[in-house]
Amino acid sequence: MTFKFNNVYINETATITGPYESNGPLGKYFDLCHKDLYFGEKNFEEAEIHLINEAINTLLKKSKMDITSVDAFIGGDLLNQIVASNYAMMKVNKSFIGIYSACSTATLGLILGGALIDGGFLNKVIAFTSSHNAAAEKQYRYPVEYGGPKPKTTTFTSTGGVAALLSKDAGNIKIESGTIGEVVSSGVKDVFNMGAVMAKAAADTIYKHLQDTGRDISYYDLVLTGDLGVYGMKIFREYMLSEYNIKLKNYNDTGVMLYDIENQPVYAGASGPACAPLVTYGYIFDKMRKGKYKKVLLAATGALMSPTMVNHKLSIPSTCHAVSLEVIS
Amino acid sequence: MKQSYQEIVKKNSPKESVIGNAAIAFITGGLMGVLGQFLIDMYASLLEIPTKEATVCMLVTLIFLSCLFTSLGFFDKWVNFCKCGLIIPITGFAHATMSAALEFRKEGLVTGIGMNMLKLSGAVIIFGVVSSFVFSLIRMVVGLI
Repeated sequence: MTFKFNNVYINETATITGPYESNGPLGKYFDLCHKDLYFGEKNFEEAEIHLINEAINTLLKKSKMDITSVDAFIGGDLLNQIVASNYAMMKVNKSFIGIYSACSTATLGLILGGALIDGGFLNKVIAFTSSHNAAAEKQYRYPVEYGGPKPKTTTFTSTGGVAALLSKDAGNIKIESGTIGEVVSSGVKDVFNMGAVMAKAAADTIYKHLQDTGRDISYYDLVLTGDLGVYGMKIFREYMLSEYNIKLKNYNDTGVMLYDIENQPVYAGASGPACAPLVTYGYIFDKMRKGKYKKVLLAATGALMSPTMVNHKLSIPSTCHAVSLEVIS
Repeated sequence: MKQSYQEIVKKNSPKESVIGNAAIAFITGGLMGVLGQFLIDMYASLLEIPTKEATVCMLVTLIFLSCLFTSLGFFDKWVNFCKCGLIIPITGFAHATMSAALEFRKEGLVTGIGMNMLKLSGAVIIFGVVSSFVFSLIRMVVGLI
């Protein structure tokens, strides 16, 4: 299902990160970088709530806007019952649509926000998302201080809070269209190989997007997948060619871009809902405004993983939502 | 020819260096053994106690050091490097228990530490007890014959 938007713009963005992201190659593109994973809070869950509130406050400050002029918030995170988002929203007192789509939450938020604005229901929407490495590790994997070895395909959950202001008011980044993906079963059951879980969903959604819009892959100056990591990227490239006969030229993965994979302890790269929007809002938008890219397809992928279902020996479902972003000169 | 998704995944999954990991575990695990033996001999001669009691002192020392180093935040890097060299000895059990205790400390003494401390290492205790029972049973039966 692809929506084409007439007038939806990303007017402003805010990106808040933790120490690993700021030490990575894109560190200088983020608005605020913290050195400590607690962000002055008592525990990692509250730290993630802090990230969201700080991202929203930074966004309002950057766009010189008061919170009263925002109609609604759309957002989600990785924690059970999307608690970080719900608790962050308790401090805001505004209409809130909570969404869960794992690491593809950001693009789903952009599409839903875009549809509500383009349909004339809302004027200004803030779409946000967050992830926190230690809070996610605790919930999905092992205690943070546990050092058991992990396979090379493991991805490292990024720490970040990201928010974007969407409205009809013309800005320089336009959301041109968006494709909502299906939930895909890749048959992969390995929790340490999320790239393989999600690559199929990315390929399926991008193929559908191209079919719905009648475009060739060369229409885009850059195709970005969410967070497939080093090995997921290879699987994605090969599957696109083998299944859909699409050869990718200008292609990259935000999971590979966020960290210095050689020198940081991140295994196959970054993951987490914050990964794709951190790279896109921080780095890619900067390059788009400077004219390096005009049309970008961002396909954020999410592994909808639950440790309980993995213990039931079921394959991990995944999804991918894609947005077409254009720079208006 | 079209390949199935599973084939593509299999082809693009990196191989873990089993021999390299085993070699590291062999060397570091061996060094742990040397350290353990040194501690036993040291306690036996310093405190003038039998080897059986000195062994208990050695175990307590290793458990204490693993927990201390885990709390200080660098033992996970050692375990990650040494792999089974530090996981199989008692150091691995202590590390797993301590890291879970640290993780859940903020959720309260009973609901946090009490209920979650053995999250990773509980399986070791259960299957340790079960296997000792089975082996004692076999030994008893063999002894009767």
